[in-house]
Amino acid sequence: MSIATRTAREVTAGAIDTGKSRERNPASIAFLIGLWFSLFFGVMVLVVLIIDTIVSGSPRFDAALLFDYGSRVRPEETGFRAGILGSAWLMLMTALMAVPLGIAAAIYFEEFANGNRWYNRLLEVNLQNLAAVPSIVYGLLAVAVMALLGFERKGIVLGGAIALALLILPVIIITTREALRAVPQEIREGSYALGATTWQTTWRQTLPSAVPGIATGTILGLSRAIGEAAPLLLLGLAVNPRFDPEGVLSYITALPIQIYRLSSESRAEFQEAASAGIIVLLVMILGLNALAIFIRNKFQRSW
Amino acid sequence: MAANSGSSAGPSLQGAGLLGGALNLRGRPRPGEAIIKVALVVSAMVSVIITVGIIAALIEPVFEFFAEVPFGDFFAAEGQYAVLPLVTATLMVTFIALLVAVPLGLGAAMYLSEYASPGARKVLKPTVELLAGVPSVVYGFFALTFVTPTLLQEILGVEVGFTNALAAGLVLGIMIIPTVASLSEDALSAVPQALRQGSLAMGANRMQTTLRVVMPAALSGIAAAVVLGLSRAIGETMIVALAAGAQKNLSIDPRDGMQTMTGFIAQTAGGENPVGSVSYNNLFAVGLLLFVITLIINMISIYFVRRYRQVY
Repeated sequence: MSIATRTAREVTAGAIDTGKSRERNPASIAFLIGLWFSLFFGVMVLVVLIIDTIVSGSPRFDAALLFDYGSRVRPEETGFRAGILGSAWLMLMTALMAVPLGIAAAIYFEEFANGNRWYNRLLEVNLQNLAAVPSIVYGLLAVAVMALLGFERKGIVLGGAIALALLILPVIIITTREALRAVPQEIREGSYALGATTWQTTWRQTLPSAVPGIATGTILGLSRAIGEAAPLLLLGLAVNPRFDPEGVLSYITALPIQIYRLSSESRAEFQEAASAGIIVLLVMILGLNALAIFIRNKFQRSW
Repeated sequence: MAANSGSSAGPSLQGAGLLGGALNLRGRPRPGEAIIKVALVVSAMVSVIITVGIIAALIEPVFEFFAEVPFGDFFAAEGQYAVLPLVTATLMVTFIALLVAVPLGLGAAMYLSEYASPGARKVLKPTVELLAGVPSVVYGFFALTFVTPTLLQEILGVEVGFTNALAAGLVLGIMIIPTVASLSEDALSAVPQALRQGSLAMGANRMQTTLRVVMPAALSGIAAAVVLGLSRAIGETMIVALAAGAQKNLSIDPRDGMQTMTGFIAQTAGGENPVGSVSYNNLFAVGLLLFVITLIINMISIYFVRRYRQVY
């Protein structure tokens, strides 16, 4: 989807021949201001959102928020322990399911498949479609999968992880393909010239070169999954568990689900807790994104 | 990439022929690699299995649903199983979202593609994409606790209900700005530099070049971006579940609360619905309709992307 490298080159070329000198008339200036506005409007909203949430959640920045279970009796002390642990378990299981599968599929598409065959084109279109299927539909699918596997209780780690893995699989496949595509063809050709097979080339040359890109894409996919609530709603996660998850068959809740339930409550203490929970969630996502950026900057190569 | 897999075997066969069998360059059989290849093909097939799975998972309960509820009761404006109020509410919220996201997303894309220096682009593009990283439940909470009471009711003085389509649509629009901006920017950047140079050489400034040369040339790509944004907006759940309303409402007044398709699924799923009951199956009927609508929209988007990729 992103043609980042090509655009970068074109923009560089474009900087040489701009019509800057003829841009003093009011219409052009107004147009430029409009563009600046549209560029920064979203960021302004984001700033307002974060400040508003921090202000309304600030009374609840305490240890109980992170280390206590949810409480309906004492709403001023309700915590997100169950949600944080549940989300952590979900992330782990989602990654275990989606990442190997996604990378394997991407390798097939990029390194083995003949893109001109009709069935490979069909796979391609199908993949693009899956990436845009509403997340709540994956929840319906996960419900059906759990029923097929014979589980009575669906709101367990396994159920949630299946839903989220299905959801981010297309994202992981697409980003991994981008990373593989960014590896220069010369490296592959060098390997072939020395007599390596396609798989040897992939395993020893292409894949190691693409690891930073794959890691970045995977982490970004997971950061999308951690904030996702819609598919989990359908599985009927536990409303307010007062125990830690112990395994893949353990009943759980997730951080975004807890936030959703608290937002629908009318009592002010619950609203405060929801705001504070949002900050916790945003910090977790920010942490994942920072990790992705770190990996990208540390291991980025330029060929 | 695709050509490699075929050609890697080709030259060695020819070589073997030339040397008259003195040197066997065919390579030994590698059963391990054959197994690996099968595993990779199976992984790739999983995406197809998921698609088939979605359809299968949705269709069975839907058949059960229509065995008990007549078609007319589902595609009706009123009644317990009526879906039309959900569809109109979805369209209303989506329309508001596009009113926000299309101009802003396109503006951001134009700046990034036509005005920003490579250095500025490197910083600004992730900034715009930051908006896509915020979980939708957070946007929903923001719409419910800030946009409706503070922005709409206090600052702008609009008489809106506690939940309303306007707040949900506005926030949803913010959320899909990166979708529209990112794809449009790809399309604008893919326009050949020669077109810009020609326009500039004729004495046009950058605004005229952007609006009259680059944008028309990238139109199908921009259309794909808008259509993909549309599909995102239709499928988004948490914002509308929190901020749009929980009552079916066949209203065209954006200040009213109204339940969308995704909002209905989220709300019904949260309640007590035994598996196999009519209300449970109703969930899947709405889900299937949602899936079909987004599928059609995605196909349109893919068609547009193909078109702009083919031109240049």
